[in-house]
Amino acid sequence: MIRIGDAPGVRRLLIGVALVLTALFLLLPLVAIFAQALMGGIDLYWQNLSDRYTLAAIGLTLLVTLLTVPINLVFGIFLAWLVTRFNFPGRRLLQTLIDIPFAVSPVVAGLVYLLLYGRNGWLGGWLDGYDIQIMFAWPGIVLVTIFVTCPFVARELIPLMQAQGAREEEAAVTLGASGWTIFRRVTLPKIRHALLYGVILTNARAVGEFGAVSVVAGAIRGQTNTLPLQVEQLYQDYNTVGAFTSASLLALLALLTLAAKAALEWRAARRESLA
Amino acid sequence: MIAATLRRRASRRVLPGFGLSLGVTLTFVSLILLLPLTSLVGQLSQLSLSQYWFLISDPRILASYRVTLLAAAVAALFNAAFGLLMAWVLVRYEFPGKRLVDALMDLPFALPTAVAGVTLATLYSSQGWVGRWLETLGLPIAYTWVGIALAMAFTSIPFVVRTVQPILEDLPSEVDEAAVTLGARDGHAFRRVILPHLWPALVTGTGLAFVRSLGEFGAVIFIAGGKPFETEITSLMIFVKLQEYDYAGATAVASIVLATSLALLLVINLWQGRFTRRLHGGGA
Amino acid sequence: MLRLASSRRWFAASTLGLALALGSIGPAQADQPRELLNASYDIARELFAAVNPKFVDWWQQQHDEQVSVKQSHGGSSTQARSIMQGLRADVVTFNQVTDVNVLADAGLVAKDWQAQYPNHASPYYSTTAFLVRKGNPKQIENWDDLARDDVELVFPNPKTSGNGRYTYLAAWAYADQAFDGDKAKIEAYMKRFLGNVEVFDTGGRGATTTFVERGIGDVLITFESEVNNIRSEYGQDGYEVVVPPVSILAEFPVAVVEEYAERNGNLDLAKGYLDYLYTEEAQRLLAGFNYRVNDEAVAAEFSDRFPQTELLRVEDVFGSWPEAMKTHFASGGELDQLQRR
Repeated sequence: MIRIGDAPGVRRLLIGVALVLTALFLLLPLVAIFAQALMGGIDLYWQNLSDRYTLAAIGLTLLVTLLTVPINLVFGIFLAWLVTRFNFPGRRLLQTLIDIPFAVSPVVAGLVYLLLYGRNGWLGGWLDGYDIQIMFAWPGIVLVTIFVTCPFVARELIPLMQAQGAREEEAAVTLGASGWTIFRRVTLPKIRHALLYGVILTNARAVGEFGAVSVVAGAIRGQTNTLPLQVEQLYQDYNTVGAFTSASLLALLALLTLAAKAALEWRAARRESLA
Repeated sequence: MIAATLRRRASRRVLPGFGLSLGVTLTFVSLILLLPLTSLVGQLSQLSLSQYWFLISDPRILASYRVTLLAAAVAALFNAAFGLLMAWVLVRYEFPGKRLVDALMDLPFALPTAVAGVTLATLYSSQGWVGRWLETLGLPIAYTWVGIALAMAFTSIPFVVRTVQPILEDLPSEVDEAAVTLGARDGHAFRRVILPHLWPALVTGTGLAFVRSLGEFGAVIFIAGGKPFETEITSLMIFVKLQEYDYAGATAVASIVLATSLALLLVINLWQGRFTRRLHGGGA
Repeated sequence: MLRLASSRRWFAASTLGLALALGSIGPAQADQPRELLNASYDIARELFAAVNPKFVDWWQQQHDEQVSVKQSHGGSSTQARSIMQGLRADVVTFNQVTDVNVLADAGLVAKDWQAQYPNHASPYYSTTAFLVRKGNPKQIENWDDLARDDVELVFPNPKTSGNGRYTYLAAWAYADQAFDGDKAKIEAYMKRFLGNVEVFDTGGRGATTTFVERGIGDVLITFESEVNNIRSEYGQDGYEVVVPPVSILAEFPVAVVEEYAERNGNLDLAKGYLDYLYTEEAQRLLAGFNYRVNDEAVAAEFSDRFPQTELLRVEDVFGSWPEAMKTHFASGGELDQLQRR
């Protein structure tokens, strides 16, 4: 079979250009992060890593992620179920609303939360009366992170569930299955991969959010500094190696994310070819 | 009352869970999305129309729109070409390291933008690995609009690749066989036969990349020079106004970015609904 | 596999995380040591990292109580904004009088805060100086050299950075003196001066990185203290310090955020912290970080580090800080006019 672009010359040229560009734009930055982090030797790397403030930043980042991901997972499933299984007025509006966090610049996202939950905001002022502090403490960081990452799971699920249709679920209803059973036995197995993909994306963004978090965090060292903020602060302290040490952790996490995703796709592809 | 009407409308459906999912979704959307945005509206409503116009049409702000739009457009066009190439190579050819390259395409989404910004600034400055070379060729990147476009392009690489890839995969081989047997040459055949199938996805991907670039802050800020009228982006202007306690000014400018991005997203959503069914399900 | 069991585990994990967080980050318990939060400007990280442990010892000696000090650093204005929105700092150590005034206007700091501690509540001061490349190839000696066509400048954006604001005001104050108050000439000078800026970073440290690590510009203009710190950080050989004969007095005001300190039960601790900054021990530490101090013994000890210069007060040249802010830095003010093309 002859296909377009199959001539060896064309083929070699295109692959060559693609590889060079990938190396230049994607691989090189990645290499640079680790090279900069290890510039001072492995001992210095460990020393930077076990710095008290870096450890605190890792802890806070973990906490934020552990809270954000499940909340957005549950929300994403409900939203996808709602807009793909029912027809009601305002459905398209709801779908566009969910894209707002993609459209809002992260700095603005931080700002709107600050205006609402800050001491001068109406909700923040009221909470302040009860001595409850949202901004410049971990709850504020969690809130903006939820805001910024809420579309990912839904965005993965909606097109898939739309394409799959509701016929199987409807059949299950006529067989007398309960809602929960239908979801668990019929829907979940079909959307598992998209769901996991959504979780991976949510997780990556939750770990790495910078703009929005920097507005609401208050930069208290060892208390409200997440890892990306820590990168920026160390960078500002002339501590390039320290900054890239924290950055290398985030890059490592990014690589794990990519690996998880690749493994997922590979399994899916294998199942398809077996079927 | 509204819920009751909705329920009646939806009751034609046999599936359960309408009330529950509607409740959860609306609660979440109101608390997380709409309530905070009311504070934005609240700030804006304190401005008269002429004040609003004055704030958003300041020459320096206008210049920042120009820089942002230009850099985002260049970044999106670059990604359209690069994304198309990568999708083509990854779908049509076999070569060693292909899986690695494929996985790397998602790196910009997985890597925190601040990390990307610091790294790009380090690489492309006149002292960096790449910047040093380009400098001798007379091509300074960092602190020019090219640097801004570069950072924007980096953060939005996956959009085009991942929208075009699944369409290309699904393209039946009869399509190009017909063209080839008719004796058309590669470039010509590609334009006449393949591109018409791809271009809805290509436009969608490019559009998403463009929207993402308009709002990008973390990655760009380290590499943009911040020179008035030349390398100031709109996100930076919002940030500057925040520093001056000018919430009204910040929200006014933010509202322009927000409205532009939302309008573009809406157009993309409608377009996507018309032309392609499976765009985001591609990963699963 | 994402089964029910694993999602249950997720919830368990998150609940556990929440409980842990409430335990560790929640309000301090009675048996924990008291914690003071100092909100400070960007480039003071190394300084307070050195000062705080000494203060903890000092407080232990004086009051037989173990305390700890936490730091928050950011642009001075950003910090003031955060405090107004609820960042519960007990004390502020800023580099901008205006930013403390903002807090006083909001009722968080006493109206007469400048009278509560010596030297207008400024335990140390500095001025604006130039860092040039080795051998001073462009022959930079004074402010007029900075407006020459062949000179490229780096300093932080006066809109976002207090450091940048001092630079702008110093240049204006110089021109005011040189041209005897002729506004047309001052503005012409300022236009050329601002036109020479290669990169406007948002903060002082960003400007330093631009100048030192990226090699951009002939002159970096920043605080004298910072200029000297850069030399010790990046080596004495590559750079030279030029302190112009006339410059601006940069005060570093401190104040107790009474509203929050009282609420945190830290009022005495906060006041003690500021008192400590005026002790001879602290003044010596400060001078070691290249800040000028008022303590006579310490000033004499370090006199060789700080060349004699004429330091102009913002209040004397521009009337007052609020006035300077309004005419020069507000939206549509002098700075915006000068940067218009």
